[in-house]
Amino acid sequence: MATFGRACLILGLAVALYGIAASIHGARSGRQDWVVSGRRAVYALAGLTTAAFAVLEIAFLRSDFSFSVVATHSSTTTPLFYKMAAPWSSQEGSLLLWLFMLSIWSSLVLFLTRRRMREVAPYATAVLLGFGVFFGGLLVFMESPFDVLPIPPLEGTGLNPLLRHPSMMIHPPMLYSGYTLFAVPFAFAVGALITRRVDAEWIRSTRRFALGAWLALGIGILLGARWSYSELGWGGYWAWDPVENASLMPWLTGTAFIHSIMIQERRGMLKIWNASLVLSTGVLAILGTFLVRSGILDSIHAFGASTLGVPFVSLIAVMIAGSIALVVSRRETLRSENKLDSLLSREAVFLGNNLVLVALCAVIFFGTFFPLISEAVTGDKASVGPPWFDQYVVPLALVLVLLSGIGPLIAWRRASAAGARRNLLGPALVGVAVVVVSLALGAGSSPPTVLMFGLGAFVIAGVVQEFWRGARARRAMSDDGPLRSVVSLVRRNRRRYGGYIVHSGMALMFIGIAGSSALQHANDANLKPGQSMRSGPYDVTYVRPTSSITTTAGGRLEKVNFGSVLDVRRDGKHVTTLRPSRSFFPSTAIEDFGPVGRFFEGEATSEVGLKAGLTHDVWTAMTPDIDALKPIIDEGDKVFTKFANDPGTTPEARSQALAAILVGITENYRRSPPPTTFRVIASPLVTWLWIGAIVIVGGALIALWPTGDPARRRVRAGYAARVAQELGATSREPEPEPEPEPVRSA
Amino acid sequence: MEILAVVAVMVALCAVVFVVSQPLRRGPEAMERQTSERVRDLEAAREAKYQEIRDAELDARLGKLTPEDHRTLDRQLRADAIEILRELDELGG
Amino acid sequence: MDPSRKRRVRLVTALTIALLLAGALVYTTFSAASPERIPSQLSTAQAGQSYKLGGTVVAGSVRRTPDSMTFQVRDPKGPAKVKVSYTGSVPDPFREGREVIVTVKRDGGEFVGQRDSLVTKCPSKFQSDTQS
Repeated sequence: MATFGRACLILGLAVALYGIAASIHGARSGRQDWVVSGRRAVYALAGLTTAAFAVLEIAFLRSDFSFSVVATHSSTTTPLFYKMAAPWSSQEGSLLLWLFMLSIWSSLVLFLTRRRMREVAPYATAVLLGFGVFFGGLLVFMESPFDVLPIPPLEGTGLNPLLRHPSMMIHPPMLYSGYTLFAVPFAFAVGALITRRVDAEWIRSTRRFALGAWLALGIGILLGARWSYSELGWGGYWAWDPVENASLMPWLTGTAFIHSIMIQERRGMLKIWNASLVLSTGVLAILGTFLVRSGILDSIHAFGASTLGVPFVSLIAVMIAGSIALVVSRRETLRSENKLDSLLSREAVFLGNNLVLVALCAVIFFGTFFPLISEAVTGDKASVGPPWFDQYVVPLALVLVLLSGIGPLIAWRRASAAGARRNLLGPALVGVAVVVVSLALGAGSSPPTVLMFGLGAFVIAGVVQEFWRGARARRAMSDDGPLRSVVSLVRRNRRRYGGYIVHSGMALMFIGIAGSSALQHANDANLKPGQSMRSGPYDVTYVRPTSSITTTAGGRLEKVNFGSVLDVRRDGKHVTTLRPSRSFFPSTAIEDFGPVGRFFEGEATSEVGLKAGLTHDVWTAMTPDIDALKPIIDEGDKVFTKFANDPGTTPEARSQALAAILVGITENYRRSPPPTTFRVIASPLVTWLWIGAIVIVGGALIALWPTGDPARRRVRAGYAARVAQELGATSREPEPEPEPEPVRSA
Repeated sequence: MEILAVVAVMVALCAVVFVVSQPLRRGPEAMERQTSERVRDLEAAREAKYQEIRDAELDARLGKLTPEDHRTLDRQLRADAIEILRELDELGG
Repeated sequence: MDPSRKRRVRLVTALTIALLLAGALVYTTFSAASPERIPSQLSTAQAGQSYKLGGTVVAGSVRRTPDSMTFQVRDPKGPAKVKVSYTGSVPDPFREGREVIVTVKRDGGEFVGQRDSLVTKCPSKFQSDTQS
């Protein structure tokens, strides 16, 4: 099977090379048949990578340890769900996943646009296949997932227990979807620049690709943050870790692009800026992929130094050099058609938004790569931590939220001062009121937080005002009830109102982030049963210890759990009962530790006790002092070794004895637990972060949703007639529909 | 097991070659004329312009634009739209 | 001032401000950053400067007290050791013999770790061979 998988990859590499040649030849000689053949090469690549990926998945599911990568990343005791996801915990598997997603998304996009952008598409195909050749080459020549072990081991080393969480398994595919999806607008931008067709059609398609990629990457980032918060024992959702930052940077430039492309759409301005943005986003996406897997920067995601550094850096260098060359050589095509009319206009606000986002990206880039920069400049590798990032990101974020509130309320081109005043006044008052209330409630210890609350409220009030006035205007024209007016308002202006919903989700997220970072109470205490600690407004009492042993379906021991029951009260009233625990997985290094002791020397994971609430989250984790248990564990080692060395004992008796000893240890823990360290965090408003995230996804989906054709055609025909009529043009009948094929909408 | 793998690879190879060469076997086909590209581009520009007109209208109704500003802007946008429609007509789109 | 001149003034002003801010950012970061060190390099550590200490946790050196934890960190490839006292969250993979990174400041002969700055390198593959 492995040979078939490897053959598929080799074949895929070959077909990708063919596709590049065919597409470019077809484009240059004007031969559509070669172009279509090139596109079909993408479909063929998708089919082949699907087959290769299926082979790998099946090997994992069957625990086929002849595959080297299965033997080192899975085991027979790994639960089924995690067996399915284990492929991408490995370097080779994750490269294959990247190639798989790239080929699938490329096939989809090229299929959907097969009748449009006929000049641009062949070059875009070539670029996408170029990425395919790169990743395919890595998979064939450097990191093959189909390496075979001559003597397959009977058991694999297993999946790192830290990765055994559902969202950890969806997080990589989602993130890779985002990265690979950003390759699409990059490819189409390269094609448009080569053919000098940076025009309305390109704008319409690229905007949707970029929005889809933005959404996918955003979901990937949020899933990672959620996993960190609800599963890891530190209680935070963002650490300014290099790998986290690497995924945030293309997202920031992508956000800038989907705004500034609207200016190009309307006014033919910022063409060079937009081309540079979309090309940079592609470069940053590849850079992000590289950072995840290369280990050049210290990170909790460090998967170990790899040999992929040189190929990736070369690819990135080629992408940067090529992008610069393209933009410079096409600068005539990219000349602006118009200039900015007024600083009091939506264009100006979008421009400000772009500057802030690019500044954010630059700051984060600088901080992330500072170790390498300082090493190059001073010879000393120095790094910056979260306080540095917070110091620069917070003011920029405040300006960003302010602009996102003003933008929807101001007109395009040139807003009148009176009109602007009228629209901004109400939401501004709401913002000020929220600031006052926050100060009254005691949030004054952190002025940026109070300011963010006010700005967030300003944004949301503005969006509500827009919905209100829009629905009211619709009601004046039709007889619809209030709810139907809102629905039809959104349906007819999906981009605008979808965007407004995204803005309000963004505001909620920032409110949640501000509250939970600056105003949280984090407390550590070492408690014995019966003792209490305080965190913020909560009193937390350690009621009693718990312990258990978890076995897999096959009867094997999976982990030993030590937990606790905590009673959480506020002002004397019971709020919730939390049950944090720690699970200890046995080490596979049987020689290094005693037979019983090895159960406490492997990986340990935290089960977090979390009670989410609209005003506060109470989060807790515990660390039992295992060192205090050492005497008992050593005793257990001695007893078991003596028992096992008796020649009369059978294997079943041995494992039963081992189980009995472990049960004894867990019972001992319940009776007389060692002092346990608890960390309790009372985090205000953090739930709004997750609520805001869901709102953002909903708004983005609304903005992405294609408008149905019949409605659009009616609108089109109607407008054509009115446009002709009102300008007194030579009378003509309403435009006949240009062609029967359904054109995907903007 | 090996024979199976070889057969599977041969099947995959044949499938790929078939899929990828089909357009070529159909016979040479020239890319569409410049004008069709231009037509498609004009259609996209027309959609964008209609959206702009509607947005301006909504802006005016929501009070972001004064009536006079809206009138001027609307006239400009409709003139732009007429240009696009005219060129579309000429190209027979 | 005619519009195009106004635009040029705006552009130049904006670029100047951006350059000044970028310059300030770069300058302050170089002095605020924590240089990376391994234990053998910390003998020259200055008080008040924070360092990013990397190394391996010495087996048997971890002592937990009610509020904090002390442990020793040694060079990944050498014998030099330093003692670190640390408060804050301890990552799940933290274990004797693992590679860690912690931001520290000198306090006499010891080093005090910055709260919550302890990071443990997560091994994705297990070292040992498996047995049935």
